[in-house]
Amino acid sequence: MRVKPTLQTATLLFTLFSSAHAHGGATADAALKKGFLRCGVNTGITGFAQPDSNGEWRGVDVDFCRAVGAALFGDARKVRYTPLTAQQRFTALQSGEVDLLARNTTWTMSRDTSLGLNFVGINFYDGQGFMVARRLKVKSAKELNGAAICVQSGTTTELNLADYFRAKNMKFKPVVIEKLEEVLNAYFARRCDVYTTDVSGLISARVSRAVNPADHIILPEVISKEPFGPAVRHGDDHWFDVVKWTLFATIEAEDLGLTSKNIEQQAQSHDPAVQRFVGVKGDFGKMLGLDNRWAYNIIKQVGNYGESFDRNLTPLGLDRGLNKLWNRGGLMYAPPMR
Amino acid sequence: MSRAVDGTTPRRVQEWLRDRLFPSWPSSVATLAILYLAWKTIPSFVDWALFHAIWSPQNAGLCRQVMGHGACWAFVADKFRFFLFGTYPYDQQWRPALVIAILVGLYALSAFQTLRRSRLAPLWLAGLSAIGVLMCGGLFGLIYVENERWGGLTLTLLLSTLGIAFAFPLSIFLALGRRSEMTLVRWLTIAYIELIRGVPLISVLFMASVMFPLFLPVGVSIDKLLRAQLAMILFAAAYLAEVVRGGLQAIPRQQDEAAQALGLNYWQRMGFVILPQALRISIPPLVNTVIGLFKDTSLVVIIGLFDFLTAIKISLTEPPWSGFGVEAYLFAALGYFLFCFPMSLYSQALERRGARDTEVKTLREN
Repeated sequence: MRVKPTLQTATLLFTLFSSAHAHGGATADAALKKGFLRCGVNTGITGFAQPDSNGEWRGVDVDFCRAVGAALFGDARKVRYTPLTAQQRFTALQSGEVDLLARNTTWTMSRDTSLGLNFVGINFYDGQGFMVARRLKVKSAKELNGAAICVQSGTTTELNLADYFRAKNMKFKPVVIEKLEEVLNAYFARRCDVYTTDVSGLISARVSRAVNPADHIILPEVISKEPFGPAVRHGDDHWFDVVKWTLFATIEAEDLGLTSKNIEQQAQSHDPAVQRFVGVKGDFGKMLGLDNRWAYNIIKQVGNYGESFDRNLTPLGLDRGLNKLWNRGGLMYAPPMR
Repeated sequence: MSRAVDGTTPRRVQEWLRDRLFPSWPSSVATLAILYLAWKTIPSFVDWALFHAIWSPQNAGLCRQVMGHGACWAFVADKFRFFLFGTYPYDQQWRPALVIAILVGLYALSAFQTLRRSRLAPLWLAGLSAIGVLMCGGLFGLIYVENERWGGLTLTLLLSTLGIAFAFPLSIFLALGRRSEMTLVRWLTIAYIELIRGVPLISVLFMASVMFPLFLPVGVSIDKLLRAQLAMILFAAAYLAEVVRGGLQAIPRQQDEAAQALGLNYWQRMGFVILPQALRISIPPLVNTVIGLFKDTSLVVIIGLFDFLTAIKISLTEPPWSGFGVEAYLFAALGYFLFCFPMSLYSQALERRGARDTEVKTLREN
């Protein structure tokens, strides 16, 4: 943790320094010249980015990288993954080691501004929640006064927890453990009454570790906002547009009912919105400096946002929740393509 | 005759038991306590590890049910190739498999000394170039595989082998530099060695991976793996240099003076007289350092490289395998042991041989 201030200073210095000779539109050109896209992902987090037994990367963040590959090259396979730790991720993006960071990174103001990043949007809405054993008969986080709470150390989770209890004027006994594996062991061995982390983490812990998942309930209160989004570096607006509209295309496709299975047949549709999407009508690809079939390629090869979610996160027991489309009670919304 | 043997054997056993296990009251208590502990732990461990274990990946679903009573080796069976080769393309994994075989073969050939030293160097060169071609591809019809996809045991072996191979020559120069009469050279090498020895490997790796790219001009980036490998080499060299210096100091000064009297220049004196003896006596501590460095490669986890241990840890985060940490870490321990134990045996054999050689020499001299 002591490296942090130095790192931030260095990063800041670098940002000031690099903005002097920023290169416009160069990222896509360089990637096209290299013949592949370099995507920074997590070193291993189930559902977002993780190599499977065959050594192939899987997850929603990986799918997003593949979508950008499909938009840029017309081939989702032209992506190379650079696994990055939490400390490395921003440097890797700033120094140009990766073209794009899709690493379940929370969009915050300081990261968006002083770190020299641009978040292109949100591909997963998460938030911190609480899990308790059903036998304790707790219905709400407001009943947790005096509870022993398991939490991972050195995370924002720990700070949010303290803030929440102070604001509610309640007391709690923190059981602070560094390693995820051990924190889970402690909770399931009943060393604490409550386990707190991001809701997605609670759900996958419940599915994977509980002897009987129904014995544990996740309380309705969500005490923090954790919007994850892909990011690019400052200084290349064209690349920012490409990555941003790739994200919107995956959301828009779900809205239009386009999937990897039906898009071929839908390409003949008379619906003008679909025609614009698949590139039959208008020059929307050209506006991005891409092929007009860019969005068609994304959906054909990777699928829409919902398909990616169903493939990677639904098996973990995650509900769409806030990640539903805007017209189905969620927050996923893409500006119109016109 | 046979009766005599029959008569003495039980007595011998008795004597042995008394001498080795129950020579005095405190020792008897210790023996009994150890036997009791073994009786308490070993059968239940064997039950868990062998008899109640789930072996086949097809039965992975049963793992949760027997958790605590039986081991889930199905986890290791399912993930085996990921542990060995990381994210290397699945249909190309024969290539890293061959690389591991070549490396093990090279270690064995070098250790058993079946070949002359002079033949060994070209063999290593040929082996390492074959490894380079196999891992990268792009030649002889092999598909190009970028080094982000290298991983698992292959990466651990490559990092440690190349690390030692480059660090060792560097360390000799550092050790000589530290004893040099040229003040500037001596100061520089002392500063280097003490600086590197003064910081942990983790921070050297962290510098190489996180800070270093910030100082490069925009658009220039040195490969992540190469940076980690360079950091390992620079780190290993400083430690090996101190070991070599220990060997150098053990050589009596008269030898150097005698060689000087024969009219040999500095490099001749070092190359023909001092270093051959110094390196021989420093072999056991050298091997010790090498074993340490082999295990230190697992620290590359902090810069997002998938070495053997990291591959195992990452598999543990997959929901179907979450909670089978004991199996995973036992397998990791076995993996490291299979490489470190032969190294340690090798250094013991060298020590014995070294002792024998000196004996022969003293006999001859007498």
